[in-house]
Amino acid sequence: MFVGTGRFRLYAAVAAGSFRRFATYRIATVAGVFTNTVFGVILTYTYIALWDEKPGLGGYDQAQALTYVWLGQALLTTVAVMGGGFEDELMARIRTGDVAIDLYRPADLQAWWLAGDLGRAVFQLLARGVAPMAFGGLCFQLALPGDVLTWLAATVAVLLGVVVSFALRFLVALSAFWLLDGAGVAQIAWLASLFFSGMLLPLNVFPGALGEIARALPWSALIQVPADVFLGKHRGADLLATYAFQAGWAVVLLTAGRLLQAVATRRVVVQGG
Amino acid sequence: MAELLRHDQEGPAPTGRTGGRAGPRGLADGAPDRPLARARDGLRAYRMISAMWIRSTMAYRASFAMTALGNFAATALDFAAILLMFSQVDALGGYRLPEVAFLYGAAATAFGLADLAIGSMDRLGRRVRDGTLDTLLVRPAPVLAQVAADRFALRRLGRVTQGALILGYALVALDLTWTPLKVLLIPLMLVSGAAIFMAVFVAGGAFQFLAQDASEVQNAFTYGGNTLLQYPPSVFGKDLVRGATFLVPIAFVNWLPGLYVLGRPYPLGLPSWAAFTPPLVAVACCALAGLAWRAGLRSYRSTGS
Repeated sequence: MFVGTGRFRLYAAVAAGSFRRFATYRIATVAGVFTNTVFGVILTYTYIALWDEKPGLGGYDQAQALTYVWLGQALLTTVAVMGGGFEDELMARIRTGDVAIDLYRPADLQAWWLAGDLGRAVFQLLARGVAPMAFGGLCFQLALPGDVLTWLAATVAVLLGVVVSFALRFLVALSAFWLLDGAGVAQIAWLASLFFSGMLLPLNVFPGALGEIARALPWSALIQVPADVFLGKHRGADLLATYAFQAGWAVVLLTAGRLLQAVATRRVVVQGG
Repeated sequence: MAELLRHDQEGPAPTGRTGGRAGPRGLADGAPDRPLARARDGLRAYRMISAMWIRSTMAYRASFAMTALGNFAATALDFAAILLMFSQVDALGGYRLPEVAFLYGAAATAFGLADLAIGSMDRLGRRVRDGTLDTLLVRPAPVLAQVAADRFALRRLGRVTQGALILGYALVALDLTWTPLKVLLIPLMLVSGAAIFMAVFVAGGAFQFLAQDASEVQNAFTYGGNTLLQYPPSVFGKDLVRGATFLVPIAFVNWLPGLYVLGRPYPLGLPSWAAFTPPLVAVACCALAGLAWRAGLRSYRSTGS
């Protein structure tokens, strides 16, 4: 996938457009922040109860566990744990046949939607991530990193998480070529994502083999990995290995998406007249 | 557009069959008709619209099976999180697993019933925004019934089933001395709880007339409320419990009656007869939500596009 400067400008414009599109719905954004904050408060109390009962669970002290809660709320929409980025739209375009127009465009289908999803993610990180995190930090004792480098390292991990999340959802969206109504697949996908991303409970707390498996799956790149980077669990060479884990899954899944797209566009006749 | 057409095909049927009894005079805005007749009209419209959506869902059976299963599994995940917690500890906030499962099952079943019945209310904001609410206003059926039945999602039976299974497990696993009152309290709790959650859904819908884009705020009280009730009140701060008791009285869904069944005191020191008040609270909530809905509908101005 060679990207020239002209191409780069195109995808940057798509990303910027997507950012502006999400930025238009201000009341919806405020409502989302409110809801994330309410959930954050509820989860905080359950985590306090859990870590009171068993201090040091999963290698976190209580402040770190609470930081994990608020990171989860801050990243929920950014890494689209429960879906809700572009995939509904792409599935609708596949169902109606509009995707035929997308395939005619002088732009790559996957890169086009990836650019749009990155624009969305940056907006949601700023608009829906910062406020709940600030609220959590003001109301509860959190373990926020003291140095700028850790903040930067965590931001990189979040961006890699967004790409992995995109690659997974792109595969989900393509299923509509065969099923037409992709709602079932989308739901099963967000279930897996909710459970294995660490959104429900840190994957470090999962017992035995389940924990081992969960930490090796791509979904852990969405919440668990960025959270651990933020909490300073990965430093130096370990940090690079962590990035490699995320980037590795991103490459594998993006490649799978391209292969599936090639099969879909060759075999499937688009609906419509 | 296809969606509107499908509505419209169903549209003429009610007037045709009633021979003008309900007639178009019951213009959706709550004309001072006999309330009982209006309620009957509303229920009938609700039944017909939801039946239509069930038929339409069944056109994609594979997808229905998957989404129903997904709905079941999604709610089961909540409980999986609780099980994972209990794989590490023996008690949470002083409550053992069967007790938490009891609170969880009661909340999930009550919420599941409300969600199945009128969970589509959060789509109202979208209808206000794109102007399709106008179509509902000119039909000879109460708007509330139409909005509540809009996109009726049978897959939500998955949530009810899951909640009921956990409640069943808890009732078997709990070692309680049952009294007739406690037995009576279980169905009472589920029905009143569902009604309280429905009131929250309707009030949330009314709020969306004002803040069309803010449907997510509603989630904080519906899904958020459900999550809150899945844990014992001893886990939460006093202020949060106060808010859930007196401000948005979801504590009456399962905490107050549930703690009576479990033989535990309520954290705010409420008298034990408070465990039997959920039906009254439910009626009051529904009445208030109805008033809020009416005010919201009256304040509605079409987008005009």
